Amino acid sequence: MTTTVSSTCPDCTEVVPAASDLRVTSIVVCPACQAELEVVDLDPVEYALAPEIEEDFGE
Amino acid sequence: MSRSAGQDGRLAVLTTRTRLEERLIFAALERHGVPYVQVDDRTVVEPLRGAPRIRHRAVLNRIMSHTRSRYAAAILEAAGHRVLNPAHVIETCGDKILTSLALVRAGIPTPETVVALTPDAAVDAIEELGYPAVLKPAVGSWGRLLSKVNDRDAAETLVEHKQSLRNPSHTVFYVQEFVDKPGRDIRLIVLGDEVVAGVYRRSDHWITNTARGATTERLELTPDLVKLGARAAAAVGGGMLAVDLVERASGELLVTEINHTMEFHGLAEVVDVDLADLIVAHVREVLRS
Repeated sequence: MTTTVSSTCPDCTEVVPAASDLRVTSIVVCPACQAELEVVDLDPVEYALAPEIEEDFGE
Repeated sequence: MSRSAGQDGRLAVLTTRTRLEERLIFAALERHGVPYVQVDDRTVVEPLRGAPRIRHRAVLNRIMSHTRSRYAAAILEAAGHRVLNPAHVIETCGDKILTSLALVRAGIPTPETVVALTPDAAVDAIEELGYPAVLKPAVGSWGRLLSKVNDRDAAETLVEHKQSLRNPSHTVFYVQEFVDKPGRDIRLIVLGDEVVAGVYRRSDHWITNTARGATTERLELTPDLVKLGARAAAAVGGGMLAVDLVERASGELLVTEINHTMEFHGLAEVVDVDLADLIVAHVREVLRS
């Protein structure tokens, strides 16, 4: 169960709210700096910069 | 050293990111009462000999990297898992050259395509098709690194630039005729042998990919589309697939590519069916068979 509903962006330190349906590996966009963040923990919510999209990523 | 597998009777869903598609699939699995476990592909370590570390009921592969996806599927299949989609389907669909070969072999209409194996041969290959021509990386998606080549100067420059990347995958040239489509292409979703949904993807740009800003519009599934979509999916081995097509000015339909880990966020906005629900129903049906 999620115990915190926000955390900070590791890039710009802005507070980034967490939606209730987040999972580890969900991607959110920092509302301040637009960095893509990956949810790496839920209890408490913690973000890391999302891994770069690699050349062979796709469908 | 022999080991016994840990048992986990749940469906493993291999993921790279939890995108909208994965969230919808998880919700559908829960609605259908299918026990599952999400497995982050960055955590996968599997022995090639003996039992798998964990024995799952089956594996639903939603990995975003083609390389990781095909190896994960091959390794888990070798360990006795049923993997959706199968490794051979991923291998074919993830490589445009292999896809084109499968389509041609099956007599599926597809744009004229030539392959050159070296930069030296690439300009000749482009000139063989004529201008404009389209160069695509054999492995790649989301419309990235597609090049429309309008004349010999551009062809020579592009080939030189690709050669300078010093990457073997960029020195094999997949060259296709430019089809002057009517500002849109078509995506069909095929589950097993059934075409369950389709959309137009419209853009002012010649690349009509939703990852590049194309918008989706409602499409009526005609008998011709349904037949061609099912044949194309079967040509690459079948499974859960997104078949992309373009229309010539004459109306002739051509299959351009087939995607093995389909995205459907744009499509879901305009179709009446719940695709995640259909995907899960298909998975359940396959597991029962």
